[in-house]
Amino acid sequence: MSGLFASIIDGVLVGSVYGLAAMGLTLIWGVTDVVNLTHGSAIVAGMFGLYLLTSTGVPPYATLPLILVGGFLVGLLLYWICVHRVIGRPPLMSLLSTFSVNLVLIGLGTAVWGTALFNVPVALPSVSWQRYTFPGTHILAAVLTAAIAGCLYVFLHRTRLGKAIRAVANNRGAAELVGIPTTQVLSLAFGLGVALAGVSGMLIATLFPFTLLSGDAYQLKSFVVIVLGGLGNPTGALLGGIALGLVEGLSTPFMPVSWTLVIEFVLFVIVLIAYPNGLLAPRRA
Amino acid sequence: MNRLCLMAAAAVIAAPAASFAADNTLTIGMTQSRTGALNVDSLAQQRGFDMWRDEVNAAGGIKVGDKRYKVQFALYDDQSQGSRVQQLYTRLIVQDKAQFLFSPYSSGLTATAAVISEQYGKLMIITGGAEPKTYELGNKYLFQIITPADHYLTGAVEALATKDPHAKVALVYSDDPFSKAVVQATRDQAKEAGFADVLDEAYPPSTTDFGPLVNKVISSGADALLGGGHYADGATLARQLYDQKANLKWVTLLVAPGDAKFATLGQAALGISVGSQWEEKATFKPQIGPTGAEFAKAFKAKFNEEADYHSASGYAGGLILQHAIEQAGSLDTDKVAAALNAMDITTFFGQCKFATDAKHHGLQVAHQMVLAQWQMKNGKLEREVIWPKAAATADILYPIR
Repeated sequence: MSGLFASIIDGVLVGSVYGLAAMGLTLIWGVTDVVNLTHGSAIVAGMFGLYLLTSTGVPPYATLPLILVGGFLVGLLLYWICVHRVIGRPPLMSLLSTFSVNLVLIGLGTAVWGTALFNVPVALPSVSWQRYTFPGTHILAAVLTAAIAGCLYVFLHRTRLGKAIRAVANNRGAAELVGIPTTQVLSLAFGLGVALAGVSGMLIATLFPFTLLSGDAYQLKSFVVIVLGGLGNPTGALLGGIALGLVEGLSTPFMPVSWTLVIEFVLFVIVLIAYPNGLLAPRRA
Repeated sequence: MNRLCLMAAAAVIAAPAASFAADNTLTIGMTQSRTGALNVDSLAQQRGFDMWRDEVNAAGGIKVGDKRYKVQFALYDDQSQGSRVQQLYTRLIVQDKAQFLFSPYSSGLTATAAVISEQYGKLMIITGGAEPKTYELGNKYLFQIITPADHYLTGAVEALATKDPHAKVALVYSDDPFSKAVVQATRDQAKEAGFADVLDEAYPPSTTDFGPLVNKVISSGADALLGGGHYADGATLARQLYDQKANLKWVTLLVAPGDAKFATLGQAALGISVGSQWEEKATFKPQIGPTGAEFAKAFKAKFNEEADYHSASGYAGGLILQHAIEQAGSLDTDKVAAALNAMDITTFFGQCKFATDAKHHGLQVAHQMVLAQWQMKNGKLEREVIWPKAAATADILYPIR
């Protein structure tokens, strides 16, 4: 029983980081209507950002603001390279466009780093309960995720720029009519989404070793999370991530771990059928 | 028009080169996983092949009767995907006219390549596929250099039995053909040794978070963990066992701890052991080729990287094929296969002999693995041979935590 409890806590801690990764993806989808297939690369870029910066002597958690800003700038660049021209076009065009750029990024990364494993050791005190231990890195990652999600909520709901993003997400045409510069807002949202993905990658890299190809697994999890949490709803994504972590934590003590993926995707399909826009989808005009 | 002229000129220049190549060179075909998940181990294996080729060519080539043949490789990137292997091995045989083949890296890709090589009657030296099932299908031209998968954890079971004959063991392994083949044999070996099997669980190869599984291992009350799979999952499992203080007395993982980069895990690597096909410190007396120390030194000088067992198996594969061709005195596939069937030889990589019965033809029956363990020496993590005792360079570290 205590093992189940430990798995649930661990699932919630790690699930919140999955939620942060998915927030970036769902924000971009919600505002631009683009399914960003460079999401996995952005997560990996955050991981390598942590690795490269810590190897120059920057403390692990001090890399967070640097990766946030760097991710935002890279996101702006990506928007103008592969998204801007396909905004408002059929979904297949943006899928192909971001998929192609993702292939290029992974190819370049493989040429430079290969697919070797990288590990960033982060020493933090852990919390022990009975025979089980919750690493300090997991706890801090969950706390930072909650803080970032809170900041994002305040930004989107309490600032003029955030309200502009929500207005564009709600009705782009109407937003233009009231004088909101929608192109700038779209690029800003894309940059913000990539920055969130990068930061989630950085936090994941404090928990587990990673390779250049690790992004695929987290991108897949992000899709499950945003369907659970509601397409285009960043707050829902955090809850979706925690729900996914709970599913992983709850299922493992009772059945072989190889069934976890099956359960996750069965849940994914059920939610897609019953609630095509996700459980916590925002209302869109 | 200009383009046509250029193409014609290129054809004229290339034609003599091609006929020269056909007369004086031996083409060996293979794929390498330059991209995809198997990139690290595949690159190491390929470097072994490359080093053997360069040394053979520098020495004048392979002697076949009165003639000498320079070795050239026909090589493609299989992207770590079976479907690419299927296409590319066909291309290597049909289009590139490869006379012999080396295997890709991993049991899964090798099994795919073996279907093609047998279909076309081409001889393939297998240096990166340990799963024994491939040799039970009536194949005639496959020859395995490395110890089959069912012996990967034999040394670990024997070593653990000397320290705790009644150990409670958790078998936690990747859900892939190689790892499952290893554990299938280990399950019986552990039972024979008197261990209690308290957890037996496969995880998906793509697993990135082992947290829930590590909690399951802790709940099982296991003393020892045997299993793992390949590099990324094995290293992640080792780190999470350490981060979550699983407090196991013994951990042996497949493949991952055999790589020098495993030491980047720091304290999480301490005490982890690995069944290794070759260690630099192993002291076999070779009948052909360099000694282990000579190979390791030359490898380091050429690639500025430590040799591991994947690179050693690649080099040894070349050496064995060369010896067989020279013994046969011919490039004819059947004659070289006959020389390999009759072979019983020791190289720096260890002894090499192939099963010749129809049920297991080509399976390696003489090569023995060693068990290596990461230990702290002068404040630095180093891999020491701890089993078998005759080859040991250090005492067994037990318990590891």
